[in-house]
Amino acid sequence: MESRARSSARNWAPLALLLSLAGCSRSSGEEDAGRSVTLLNVSYDPTRELYEDLNAAFACHWESAHGQRVSIRQSHGGSGKQARSVIEGLTADVVTLALAYDVDMLHAKAQLLPADWQSRLPHNSAPYTSTVVFVVRKGNPKGIHDWDDLVREGITVITPNPKTSGGARWNYLAAWGQALKGKGGSEARAQAYVEKLYRNVPVLDSGARGATTTFAERGLGDVLLAWENEAYLLTREAGRSEFEVVVPPVSILAEPPVALVDRVVDRKGTRAVAEAYLRYLYSDEGQEIAARHHFRPRSAAVAAKHASGFPQVTRLTLAEVAGDWARAQAAHFADGGVLDRIYAPHAN
Amino acid sequence: MSRSSRHRVLPGFRLTLGYTWFYLGLVVLIPLSSLFLKTFSLSWEAFWSTVTTARALAAYRLSFGASLAAALANVVFGLLVAWVLVRYRFPGRDVLESLVDLPFALPTAVAGLTLTTLFSNKGWYGQHLEALGISVAYTSLGVAVALTFIGLPFVVRAVQPVLEELDADVEEAAATLGASPWQTFRRVLFPALVPALLSGFTLAFARALGEYGSVVFISGNMPLRTEIVPLLIITRLEQYDYEGATAIAIVMLAASFSLLLAVNLLHRWSHRRLEARPGA
Repeated sequence: MESRARSSARNWAPLALLLSLAGCSRSSGEEDAGRSVTLLNVSYDPTRELYEDLNAAFACHWESAHGQRVSIRQSHGGSGKQARSVIEGLTADVVTLALAYDVDMLHAKAQLLPADWQSRLPHNSAPYTSTVVFVVRKGNPKGIHDWDDLVREGITVITPNPKTSGGARWNYLAAWGQALKGKGGSEARAQAYVEKLYRNVPVLDSGARGATTTFAERGLGDVLLAWENEAYLLTREAGRSEFEVVVPPVSILAEPPVALVDRVVDRKGTRAVAEAYLRYLYSDEGQEIAARHHFRPRSAAVAAKHASGFPQVTRLTLAEVAGDWARAQAAHFADGGVLDRIYAPHAN
Repeated sequence: MSRSSRHRVLPGFRLTLGYTWFYLGLVVLIPLSSLFLKTFSLSWEAFWSTVTTARALAAYRLSFGASLAAALANVVFGLLVAWVLVRYRFPGRDVLESLVDLPFALPTAVAGLTLTTLFSNKGWYGQHLEALGISVAYTSLGVAVALTFIGLPFVVRAVQPVLEELDADVEEAAATLGASPWQTFRRVLFPALVPALLSGFTLAFARALGEYGSVVFISGNMPLRTEIVPLLIITRLEQYDYEGATAIAIVMLAASFSLLLAVNLLHRWSHRRLEARPGA
C-alpha cells in the first residue's frame, strides 16, 4: 500500500510540473533551468488529489513572482507512518498530516522543528479544516440522522482502527465529544457511548481508505464514519448514487496541520520557498482549491462562496473534547486507555 | 573437509567462508541485531508485560495457528499440484506451471484486496459460503485463506524437482512385486518426498508468520479475535512505541527461528534415514 502510494507520488510529480508549466506564462525561459528548486511535501492519504492541484497552482504562482521553477513532490500514506518516515530521515521540507500529534513527534523524537511549531502559522497551523460525517446507503434505509442512531441494536458501523489510523482518532473523538458535551453529558456517558458504538463495529480496518472500501465495495455496514472530504469523494465519484452523506448536528473540528521541517529546509536551503508554499495554502487561491476538494476553508470569503457545500454543524474543538493530543493519546488510545478497555477480554 | 577441499571450484575455503559470514552479517545479522538493541532499552519487566498482554497472546495464537493450518493445507494440495505437473503432459501445462508462481509475484496487498472481494458476503465465493453459514472474510478462517494463497508456491517448488528425480521405474517395480497403489505411495514414494515436503512446509510456514499485506484486508483486525502479530507491531509503531514493537517482533523472531531450526534438524534426520535405506 505504502510503496504504491509512494510510487504514484513519484509518477505524478512530473505531470504536476508539466501542468504547472502549461498553465504559467513562459516568461522565465530556459536559462532558469538551473535555478529550479524541489520541495517534498509528506502528507497523509486523503490529500493526494488536493495537493496535486495545490502544487500545480503554487508552482505557477512562485514562478511568476520569482522567476524560479519549483516542483513539489508528494508522498502519501498513513499519517503516523509518514511522520515516522520523516523522523527516520525522509527529507520532507514540509509535512501536511492528519494529526498535530504526529507533528509533535517530529519535535519529540528527532528535534526536526521547535516545540511551538503550531503557533507559527494562523489557525493552529491548519489552513483548512474538516469534520466527521456519516455516509449511509441510498435512501438512508436505517434512518440514521444522529449519533444516537449509531448505537441502536442491529446497526453496523464502519470506522477504521484508532490505533492505526489518524482519521479514525478524529472519528472516535467526535463520538466521544458529542456524548460528553450533549444533554446530560459526562465522562461516564461518553465512555458508555463509545463502548456501545465500537460493539457495532464488525471490522477495524487499518486505514481510512480501507474502511471506505469495506463499506463501499464489500457492502458491509449501515453507516461509515468518514472525513467530510472523503465522504463527498465517495458520493460524487462518477455515477455513484448508492450513497448519501448525513451530517450530524454535532461533530468535531478536525484540524489537519501543516508545518515546516526546519532542520531539512535549513540544510537544503529551501526555507523561503517552503514558507511561501505553506503561506500559499492560506491565500485566496489556496483556500479556493481546498474548498473545491471539500476541505472547509478558513477564509470567510471563500467559505461564504462555498457555503452550500458545507452544511451547518456544531463543531467541538479538540480542546473541549480531550484537552490536547498528548492527553487524548494517553487517556484513549495508548495501552490501557479507554479503547483497550472496550476490547478487554471481559467486555466481549 | 579434506575431500571437499580437493574438489573445490571456488578459491579458498577460508575466503569463501569469510565472505559468507560477511555477507550474512551485513544482510541478516546486523539488521536483526539492531532489533535487539532497540528492545534492550526496555526493562525485563516492561518487556515481559508488553509481550504477554492478552492481546499479544491472542495474536500469537492466531498467527501461529493460521500459519500452521495454511502450511499443512499447502503440503497436501501442493503435493497434488506438483504431482500433476511432473507426471502428466497436457495442453495448458505451461500456463499452469507459471500460475503456481503467481502468489510470489503479486503484491501481497493486491492479493489481500482480491481475496477480500471474493470472500465478502457480496463476492463470488462469499455469497455462497455465507448461505451455508460459513463466513470467511473478516474471520480467522479468512486469515488462513490468505496465508494459504501466499504459501502455495513454496511446497510445489520444493517437491517438484524431487518428483522429477523419482523414476517411474521404481513404481513399476513396486507394482510388479505386487504392491497396491496405496502401498507404493506409502512405502516407496512418500518416504522419498518427506524431506522436500518438510522444507516446503517450513518455507510456507515461515513466510506466513511474517505476512502482513495480504492479511490485513481480509482479517477483521478485531482485538483478541482476528488481530495478527504483524498488525500488533504496526499498532505499536503508530503509537511511536518502537521498543514495544521490537519486543513483540523479537518474540516472533525467536519463535520462528526455533521452529525453523527444529524443522531443519528434522529435515536432516529424515534425509539421513532416507539415505540409510538400502536401495533408495
